[in-house]
Amino acid sequence: MINENLYKYILGIADNSLILGQRLGSLTGHGPSLETDIACTNMSLDLFGQVRSYYQYAAKIAGDNRTEDDIAMLRKEREYVNVLLVEQPNTDFAYTMARQFLFDVYHLLFLQELQKSKDLTLSAIANKSIKEVSYHLRFSTDWIKRLGDGTAVSHQKMQDAIDGLWTYTDELFHQTEADKAMVAEGIGVDVTLLKEAYYEKVNAVLEEATLEIPESKWFQKGGKKGIHTEHLGYLLAELQYMQRAYPNMEW
Amino acid sequence: MTTEQNIDEILIPILEQVSDPEIPVLSIMDMGVVRSAVIEKDMVKVQITPTYSGCPAMDVIGDDIKSALKAAGYDSEIELILAPAWTTDWITPRGRKALEDYGIAAPLNAEADKDVLLNGKRLVKCTNCGSTNTRLVSQFGSTACKAQFQCDDCQEPFDYFKCLK
Repeated sequence: MINENLYKYILGIADNSLILGQRLGSLTGHGPSLETDIACTNMSLDLFGQVRSYYQYAAKIAGDNRTEDDIAMLRKEREYVNVLLVEQPNTDFAYTMARQFLFDVYHLLFLQELQKSKDLTLSAIANKSIKEVSYHLRFSTDWIKRLGDGTAVSHQKMQDAIDGLWTYTDELFHQTEADKAMVAEGIGVDVTLLKEAYYEKVNAVLEEATLEIPESKWFQKGGKKGIHTEHLGYLLAELQYMQRAYPNMEW
Repeated sequence: MTTEQNIDEILIPILEQVSDPEIPVLSIMDMGVVRSAVIEKDMVKVQITPTYSGCPAMDVIGDDIKSALKAAGYDSEIELILAPAWTTDWITPRGRKALEDYGIAAPLNAEADKDVLLNGKRLVKCTNCGSTNTRLVSQFGSTACKAQFQCDDCQEPFDYFKCLK
């Protein structure tokens, strides 16, 4: 492999979008209204489009005849390095939108920095994705406010969702060894520097949505090292079914 | 609309015949997705750039370009490039007109887009009656590039091609 750290670094970015895209895609036909249903599917499509660019690049770096499909579809659970946040299930719509919002805020901050990468492919993908992710963030922010500052029931459901998911936010700012190596080369984004801006933005929206900001100081971690919650196995079983049943099929 | 395009004159009429499979009235030349098309020996090398990352039309557009060039006697290679990223500014005036005639409101500028999508301002013209008494139904429409609108005068629903910049 030409550059193992770069390969791992790309997976660290792409796996988040792949898993979140799969979560959103599985809502097709189940959204609470036609418009939200279409919106979730559209966001899923954007994320899948972005991961194709990342995995194609990763396949090129791997240089051993692996394809984007192999990388996306044929790894084992422990080999996925997505954050735990994105693999959390579609419990209800409030939970789904809270998960989306907590990731979107991070995603946009991350891509704004990745645009400056010395790696021209990564900066091009970031530049392209940023426009799409801005729309995602508008959509999820809107729902946080609408449900948080809505009826007593919608407020409670959104507060429960934020409380439940808060514990997965800190992991977004953990660095892997590949991260550190790529930051040193001017390719990767130093995620530790995004933390302050992240919580500032999240808090501002939660306040406007009349939601309480959780005080929990204890956070979950493990996803970036391949140690996942129980939900990922089920998700992968569905995601990988076609590729395992019909080997070598293409996206 | 774009200055960096590099397309051999002789190929223009051929490429103009290829349209977006989801918006058949819009030629890929008017969309600005063809970044370069040059004849090198017996081979045409074409670079196209995706509108949205996940746009399923891009694979079809690649295949359609190949068939159109084949019919004109050229073999071709298609390359997908990401930088510079596509923007709705690259849609030509003719393309914007074709969109409107087809029932899709053409993109405004980035600021106006923010106003109509977020602040409920009424700037998008109904493609049926021309009124701007229209409202956003959903930020996400039938494809990634569109939002759903409805006219409060004639009541017709229509698509709006979101500004991408």
